[in-house]
Amino acid sequence: MEKRMNVSASPHVRGAMSTSGIMRLVILALLPAAVFGIFNFGMRAFYHMLVTVVACVLTEFTYEAFADRPVTVGDFSAVVTGLLLAMSLPVNAPLWLGAAGGIFAILVVKMFFGGIGQNIVNPALAGRCFLLISFAGHMTNFVCDAYTGPTPLEALKQGEAVDPLSLILGNTGGCIGETSALAILAGAVLLLAVGIINLRIPASSFAVFTLLLVLFGNQGFDEIFLVRELCSGGLMLSFWFMATDYTTSPITKRGQVLYGALIGALAALFRLYGSASEGVSYAVLLANLLTPVIEKITVPKAFGRRR
Amino acid sequence: MAHSTFKGGIHPHKRKRFTREKPIKEYYPKGDLVYPVQQHIGGPAVPIVKAGERVLKGQVIAKAAGYISVPVHASVSGTIKAVEPRMTVSGSPVLSIVVENDHQYERLPAEDIKPWQELEPGDRILRIQKAGVVGMGGAGFPSHVKLAVKNPKKIRTVIVNCSECEPYLTSDYRRMVENPEWLVMGLKMILSLFERAVGVFAIEDSKRDAITALQLASGRESRMEVKVLETKYPQGSERMLIYACTGKEINSSMLPADAGCIVHNVDTVCAIYQALAFGRPLTERVVTVTGKALAEPCNFHVPIGTSFSELIEAAGGFKTEPQKFVSGGPMMGISLFDLDVPVVKTSSALLCMSKDDVARFQPSACIRCGSCVEACPEHLLPAKLADLAEHFQEEEFRSLYGMECLECGSCSYVCPARRQLTQSIRAMRRSLLARGKR
Repeated sequence: MEKRMNVSASPHVRGAMSTSGIMRLVILALLPAAVFGIFNFGMRAFYHMLVTVVACVLTEFTYEAFADRPVTVGDFSAVVTGLLLAMSLPVNAPLWLGAAGGIFAILVVKMFFGGIGQNIVNPALAGRCFLLISFAGHMTNFVCDAYTGPTPLEALKQGEAVDPLSLILGNTGGCIGETSALAILAGAVLLLAVGIINLRIPASSFAVFTLLLVLFGNQGFDEIFLVRELCSGGLMLSFWFMATDYTTSPITKRGQVLYGALIGALAALFRLYGSASEGVSYAVLLANLLTPVIEKITVPKAFGRRR
Repeated sequence: MAHSTFKGGIHPHKRKRFTREKPIKEYYPKGDLVYPVQQHIGGPAVPIVKAGERVLKGQVIAKAAGYISVPVHASVSGTIKAVEPRMTVSGSPVLSIVVENDHQYERLPAEDIKPWQELEPGDRILRIQKAGVVGMGGAGFPSHVKLAVKNPKKIRTVIVNCSECEPYLTSDYRRMVENPEWLVMGLKMILSLFERAVGVFAIEDSKRDAITALQLASGRESRMEVKVLETKYPQGSERMLIYACTGKEINSSMLPADAGCIVHNVDTVCAIYQALAFGRPLTERVVTVTGKALAEPCNFHVPIGTSFSELIEAAGGFKTEPQKFVSGGPMMGISLFDLDVPVVKTSSALLCMSKDDVARFQPSACIRCGSCVEACPEHLLPAKLADLAEHFQEEEFRSLYGMECLECGSCSYVCPARRQLTQSIRAMRRSLLARGKR
């Protein structure tokens, strides 16, 4: 036989899922919340997403081109980062803010640490916290044409009543993509259905967060109170989309439960006793940092090695 | 406590429709037959024939070298052409006996053999060794060694591995559908060695016809049952199978007998039946010749020693251009450099792939998605083990149970970054095993 055949180690077949396929599904899952954001806040919300996504993709491309590394923008992970970051901006922030956050997220948080899969903290969250610290005024100015009052979370902190229904639907003030619990849940259900995420992280975060609020929230078990707390601020988006980020969460099953519980506990702590309204973001970031340790202490026993 | 499956695993495309409904066809080889002396785990057999000698079908041409070894028999009648190294499936030459086929298929006259029931258990096992029977599922471990356990009373379950979980393969399925009574007889013979054991046909729920056939054939046997398992890869792995049938877990340093189990493959049980009932040596096996590139995929009953290239012709030649040939299934099979290698006792299939996923996808960076962790039937962390293997971190590799890996390929299959996880882990394992480190 003159023709040379392919020879390789087994297995000789591969599954259908690819990195870019996963990222595209995550983008699809973010769309309900993103589209609702545009519907709720107007076209300016869309411009934010456009600017931030373009900034993220361009940053990754430019860095890789200059560092003479394979260009990986085709995996769509920079798009996910940009979209998530834009969705956690207030709509009236200047448009360059998203670009600044995107450049920081991709360049410093992702590329400097080795690119996809190597970053220690979630780029979108780190970008957001970078903006919160550097441009606090812009990042906490939630006054816009549609809503002039305080955000639901601010109102809650001041002890005012908030309509739980509007929190679930999302027709309130706040960050672009964080207001509608329903839209975020729709995306989360999609990710669960196609197996991109599993319930270990979100379920344990929600369980611990709820439990701590019931125990220490001074409201007992009050459904309205709980719905308000669960659906306000960036909690939904963070628990479903940020906490479940592959790279920065443990790969061990027990580790994922522990990590979720940690996020739930920290989020509750910051919500009950902290002053910053973005406590959830810091909770996830802190848990990100503990991921390597969690992974180390939750290595599963191999099959047949359990006692 | 019995489960019907195990944790982890994957659901690859089955692609069994190519040959599922194709009855086993007798194949008569045209060219020379090549018998490598090493078709099993253990000592290579020792040739006892010389060039020019005439041999008959069923005649011993290489004798067993020691206890963990089996003889090799001629599968046709003809003349010995040479005793020389020839290329094998593994890609390296092995000392082989080459026989020129005289197309007479003249059998060695059967010795006047005693009915198996009258033999002592030890002699039954000896007859199985003399027939050259080895595990035909792929590993090729001599069957008599598996059967000769220290304390036969401790064996409580004899499992016939009917799961055939690799995609494409249908040779066992056809056996079950066409000759279920051989399996029942074979299992009965094995059970005669283990008075306290029950026999279990462990079969995946997607093989409905085979389940029915085995249920009918074993209906009157009080010591046998058909256990239906979830269809999942690698259900047919010995450790997963024992767990699914008995709830007991064994690790890499244990034998099935440690869990009171004995596991044999379908075709092996048929071979044991032929050996004990008629004193017939293992000289043929069922080979699934399949794949998108072939015109007429088929299940053949092939004399051992037949060249793979002949089977391609027999299956109607190529329909589309092949890219890759695999001996065995696509998950654990060996890709072939050359088709001019012989069918051996462990060759369950010849797979002709028209596209090669491995060449189609380039590996990229791990995104730590954890899919490999979910898929690993051994509950390992494949992404981490592959990293450690690639950086030669031997101690940590072992402390994270790297030596427990089955090399089943599930992690590579699911990896969205298309990393060669199995390959890296395998390389490290083999290197450690070669140096005697477990």
